[in-house]
Amino acid sequence: MVTVVPLEYLLIVAAIMFFTGVYGFLTRRNLITMLMSLELILNSVNINFAAFNRYLFPGKLEGHFFSLFIIAVAASEAAVAIAIIINIYRRFATINVEDVSEMKY
Amino acid sequence: MSSYGYTIWVLLVPAFTFVLLGLLGMKLKAKISGLTGTFGLAIVTAISYITAISYFSGGGMANGIYQKIIACNTTWLTLTETLHIDMGIMLDPISVMMLVVISTVSFMVHIYSLGYMKGEKGFERYYAFLSLFTFSMLGLVVATNIFQMYIFWELVGVSSYLLIGFYYTKNSAVAAAKKAFIVTRFADMGFLIGILMLSLMTKTFDFVALTSPDGPAIASKGGAAFLGLSVITWSMILIFMGGAGKSAMFPLHIWLPDAMEGPTPVSALIHAATMVVAGVYLVARMFPIYHFAAPQALMVVAWVGGFTSLFAAVIAMTQLDIKRVLAYSTISQIGYMMMSLGVSGYGGAEGLGFMASNFHLFTHAMFKALLFLGAGAIIHAVHSNYMTDMGGLKKHLPVTHATFLIACLTIAGIPPLSAFFSKDHILAAAFESNKALFVIEYLVAGITAFYMFRLYFRVFHGKQREYEHTPHEAPATMTVPLIILAFASVFAGLLPFGNFVTSDGAPFEFEMVDWKIAIPSILIAAAGIGFAWLMYKSETERPEKLKAVFKNSYKWAYNKFYMDELYLFVTKKIIFRHISEPVAWFDRHIVDGTMNAIANVTQSVSFRIRGLQSGQLQKYAYVFVSGVIALALVFIYFFN
Repeated sequence: MVTVVPLEYLLIVAAIMFFTGVYGFLTRRNLITMLMSLELILNSVNINFAAFNRYLFPGKLEGHFFSLFIIAVAASEAAVAIAIIINIYRRFATINVEDVSEMKY
Repeated sequence: MSSYGYTIWVLLVPAFTFVLLGLLGMKLKAKISGLTGTFGLAIVTAISYITAISYFSGGGMANGIYQKIIACNTTWLTLTETLHIDMGIMLDPISVMMLVVISTVSFMVHIYSLGYMKGEKGFERYYAFLSLFTFSMLGLVVATNIFQMYIFWELVGVSSYLLIGFYYTKNSAVAAAKKAFIVTRFADMGFLIGILMLSLMTKTFDFVALTSPDGPAIASKGGAAFLGLSVITWSMILIFMGGAGKSAMFPLHIWLPDAMEGPTPVSALIHAATMVVAGVYLVARMFPIYHFAAPQALMVVAWVGGFTSLFAAVIAMTQLDIKRVLAYSTISQIGYMMMSLGVSGYGGAEGLGFMASNFHLFTHAMFKALLFLGAGAIIHAVHSNYMTDMGGLKKHLPVTHATFLIACLTIAGIPPLSAFFSKDHILAAAFESNKALFVIEYLVAGITAFYMFRLYFRVFHGKQREYEHTPHEAPATMTVPLIILAFASVFAGLLPFGNFVTSDGAPFEFEMVDWKIAIPSILIAAAGIGFAWLMYKSETERPEKLKAVFKNSYKWAYNKFYMDELYLFVTKKIIFRHISEPVAWFDRHIVDGTMNAIANVTQSVSFRIRGLQSGQLQKYAYVFVSGVIALALVFIYFFN
């Protein structure tokens, strides 16, 4: 008999990942690290989608499709974000987010 | 569609030359652009004459009545099933007559301007505007419906504005142009309201339907009454207001004397011969409605015309600027035409006034254009508008002198010159129906003779003045039109006009000369001339003495009865101060104030809170995340 991992465990992992991501996003000053935190947040959401789909609606596939979409979007977002970061580096010679505050009032 | 389809070129040719000269004029040599405009006008004139000859020699006649022929027509704007605005060409006796008048005078002015305007800056612009004017004026007279007429009416106003303000570096010219435009615009407002009321009653704009004696306008019996007059009557009075503005009838005449700031040939074309008679043409065009459905409005036309002719003639006696004398004389003569329409009946010999009015319009166009062009030649020679600077020009300007004398004799009504006949018919028509107006017009005939010969004697006789250079006769381009127009002034009166232009389209027999009117009118004209001879033949003390006797009345007339001052008083002291200024205050303080207050509040609030916009990405993220958490808590605890 295969013991099934209860849903709560998966959700706890996802929640930990999510808040780690949020914490990292808010505290880290390095743009690359912030981007990585963002990826963590997205992936925690992916886990949620996959878990809910598997446990609540086993016969259906919408949750999985959403996960796939999010992966695709995250990939392209990472590409754009890195391009922006490279440009910021060229312009300001830094990737510290606090030094990039030209857009204030 | 009829065989007169070619008349469309009468409109297309000047429109084309206007566009051509307007767009390419700067690139062409001045002389070439002038010749282009003149050549275009030659074509128009030729077409007009062909049309007139073919129309009056039987082409326009059916069952003994001149028909209204729609040469071409196209629907331009559809408002409802029955009410639509057309663009087209309608030929009937008065429009064909106007075609001839306009193209002749315009052609003469085009030729004359080649000499008069030579070397002026903006020569090609001048010709472009002349083409525009000719186009719009011709479009006005051939209009098939009242709305097309209104459109061209405004176009005429615009071209008049442009030409009065031709010397746009001169302040007085700019002011005069604006004045002319605003005054006529104000009158046109009445015209437009009149059109709308009329079309509301009759459900049509079409002249043929409107003016046929069993048409809706006349059959409606005028509609409901308002202040004792029917709706049709009110609308006809309002339409007359438009006509009065264009034709410089009292009290809307104030723009015309100032319009003399424009180049003199323009004054001859627009402000003497063609545009200013548009009002007369309008009333003549709507005449059946006036006569059958709105006799009170016709009464207004008659009295306004009669009063204006006297009023303007009195002012003309005192003016020193020769162009202003001619301007007031024009107002006075148009008053004659209006009065004559006002007293006319409908059909056959009853319609004598109608015929006489159009006859006078025709002859007046010729001799008044001649007078103005002559005045232009004089001004060209002595570089001044004031008759105090002139005198003894007879021997320097022989051709101008001869033609000017002919024109003066014509306007004074000396037989057998043209105005003798037309004025005689007008006086006869007034005598038949309204004795009071007859007395006024009879008096005006004498005054006219006096002020024209006052002008003549002071310019051509009397002492020589100091001139900048010896005055010389104008070049051939200027004298030839003078001679042609002089011939027209002499012989135009011999046309049997009653065979052509009548109120109901049917020719009628009339006596060329009604001696019981003619003899007194010749006598009073001779008296006027004699008096002028006595006063001004050679310089004497007499005019000064006479002036001293009539000190106050002279002062009033010299200052044009203070009409300009009255207008200024009404506009500045009453309308501006008591209406415009409070409205402006309200606008500035209440309307603008509200808007400014909103803007100020927004600005000060955003100034206080702009610190939030720190540019620190992570601060935004903090706010965002805390917001999400707060919302999540709200959902969890309150919407569970």
